[in-house]
Amino acid sequence: MAEKQKRFQLLQGNEACVEGALAAGMRFFAGYPITPSTEIAERSAVRLPQVGGKFMQMEDEIASIAAALGASVAGTKSMTATSGPGFSLKQENIGYATIAEIPIVIVDVMRSGPSTGLPTSPSQGDVMQAKWGTHGDHPVIAICPCSVQDTFNQTVRAFNLAERFRTPVILLMDEIVGHMREGCEIIPPDELEIHNRNTHMINSMPYAFGEGQYVPHMTSFGDGHLYNITGLFHDEAGFPTNDNQIAGEENDRIMKKIQIYKYSGILDYEEYQMEDADIGIVCYGGTTRAVREAVDEARDMGYNVGMFRPVTLWPFPEYELVSRARQLRRLIVVEHNYGQVLLTVEGIIKGDTKVEFIGKVNGTAISPTEIIKKIEEGDE
Amino acid sequence: MLKGKKLCTEPEWCKGCGYCAEFCPKKVLIIRQEKVVVENPDDCICCGLCEQRCPDYAIWVEEA
Amino acid sequence: MPSKLVQETMRTRRLPHIWCPGCGHGILMRDVCQAIYNVGLPKERVAIVSGIGCSSRAAGYMNYNTLHTTHGRAIAFATGIKMARPELHVIVVTGDGDAAAIGGNHLIHACRRNIDMTVVIFNNNIYGMTGGQYSPTTPTGEKGTTAPYGNIDGDFDLPKLSEAAGATYTARGDCFHVPQMIRLIENGIRHKGFSVIEGVSICPTYYGRKNKKGSAVDMMHWQEQNCIDIKKAAKMEPAELEGKVLLGEFSRVEGRPEYVEEYDKIIHIAGGDR
Repeated sequence: MAEKQKRFQLLQGNEACVEGALAAGMRFFAGYPITPSTEIAERSAVRLPQVGGKFMQMEDEIASIAAALGASVAGTKSMTATSGPGFSLKQENIGYATIAEIPIVIVDVMRSGPSTGLPTSPSQGDVMQAKWGTHGDHPVIAICPCSVQDTFNQTVRAFNLAERFRTPVILLMDEIVGHMREGCEIIPPDELEIHNRNTHMINSMPYAFGEGQYVPHMTSFGDGHLYNITGLFHDEAGFPTNDNQIAGEENDRIMKKIQIYKYSGILDYEEYQMEDADIGIVCYGGTTRAVREAVDEARDMGYNVGMFRPVTLWPFPEYELVSRARQLRRLIVVEHNYGQVLLTVEGIIKGDTKVEFIGKVNGTAISPTEIIKKIEEGDE
Repeated sequence: MLKGKKLCTEPEWCKGCGYCAEFCPKKVLIIRQEKVVVENPDDCICCGLCEQRCPDYAIWVEEA
Repeated sequence: MPSKLVQETMRTRRLPHIWCPGCGHGILMRDVCQAIYNVGLPKERVAIVSGIGCSSRAAGYMNYNTLHTTHGRAIAFATGIKMARPELHVIVVTGDGDAAAIGGNHLIHACRRNIDMTVVIFNNNIYGMTGGQYSPTTPTGEKGTTAPYGNIDGDFDLPKLSEAAGATYTARGDCFHVPQMIRLIENGIRHKGFSVIEGVSICPTYYGRKNKKGSAVDMMHWQEQNCIDIKKAAKMEPAELEGKVLLGEFSRVEGRPEYVEEYDKIIHIAGGDR
């Protein structure tokens, strides 16, 4: 008999990811062992058959995302999980999911790199890969949870966005969040807002969309509509085309659907102590906890510091940060890389706000002390 | 032509590979200007070998 | 109006197909459709999954649930479909490069799992879509645009490779012996487990031209004379078999556990069916 899950559990971020996925309706997972994401596969292997779902350990990372996409085409909510090297390997099929418009959640628990790097150490080096990793121009949704509970919640949201917008969603975790262990409330599905893809095909066309709509509906293989899915540019019927106008329009629609619905649930960010701040700190994922503590301590020391955390990293909450930056003298970007979100922030902050940076890539976590030191140095 | 059956062609689909003509046991078919032509329809025994080996579905036997 | 079979099983509005004059792939695609038709599978219960390359364009012409995936990954996508919807008959249409080079790992591991699906490999001994580079089934010594002095790699025997990896039905047919090829695919579809059927194709444009094999008709004659049934071959001397290609059923193992059914047992043990 399947064990009934206790509502409150002490979990790792990786484990909470699986519980969030199950609550969102995941019934297929395919993966390949890789540190520091392996616990996602391990818990999926235990939990999926308990709820009638299926887990597969595939022969490699590419097969894992491919199998998950196959299951999604057949109507099953699917996920795969990996870390740096495996994320590189999955990129081609992320692009396939984008153009074929197949819902899927891809978890990347970031670790130090490049290459094998420091497999057990924290990093946030895949931020730009999440955005630009697959070839060709394309939109992307990437979400960065910062704690165990947030991982549960954001995994649910990742599935919802994938289903609503027929798109791959990247859950960009990092080693700190993945291996962090804390209390987590496993919220049952009936208490959550769960979205499922619209399976009513428009005009019997798999890629037709309604007036003013950008997301075609998706019938599952086996449901009676015989149609074609391809990674080539295709017409409304799903068949390959070399027609430049159709190709251009399709590309535009796929880009636009993420832009248009940005404010319909895709965008998400958190502010902490920002109301009266004149120094802002931008952080996400695993650095959040250190930043929050630094904000508290620095405020005790008399600095008006606040935190701005993009929860949805891509698309970036550009307007929201720019609006907030008007009140700031200084904006400090904190991340475990050489400045990937920094690039974005520098690109959008054009004004009097000075943009500064704390980056760390030696495999150790950024501490609150380092952040406070930076705050103090800049105001000497 | 065998009673109750007929040999049909779709010249637009024919790419002129010549399999049908080459392997027709009764030499019913020829390729003219890169298209299949039923030259000797009366000799056709409707064996269907041309249909089986036509890569382009441009020739087939059907019930008359 | 084309033949009844073509009307029933193909997307006639998409025809004529893109393959070159004399390309064996058209014959093999028809064989797959005929086999599905003969077995009597309802169309909505058939999923055709292909990768990338000449062979894989077949999916778009076949009137079933069709998924044209990425290069080499068709079997992995197909595995996900089969796991999610075991009631679907999953048929992978792939090529020699797609299945045995970039997708070789997926092929052998799917063999090992013995998951119930049918893989038909259109083997034209070359990468056709990219213009004639040598493939894992280009015979040693023969040429491709990337083997201008002759291929020094060994070549795969696809049914033997699949059998060794655990496939429970392996066979080879060609373009000349059409009824046999249809029968082999039918048997593969009916077989519960992982089936691999190689279809020896004909590529007059690249493989043929590069290796001075003559016209398409010459290449078809070559199959007529050199593709020999495995039963007939058993009575022939080794010297007579030199350079011949064997056709027929190479292996069939009944009773080995099938992957989806085995996973159902795991669901039962875990309590997910209650």
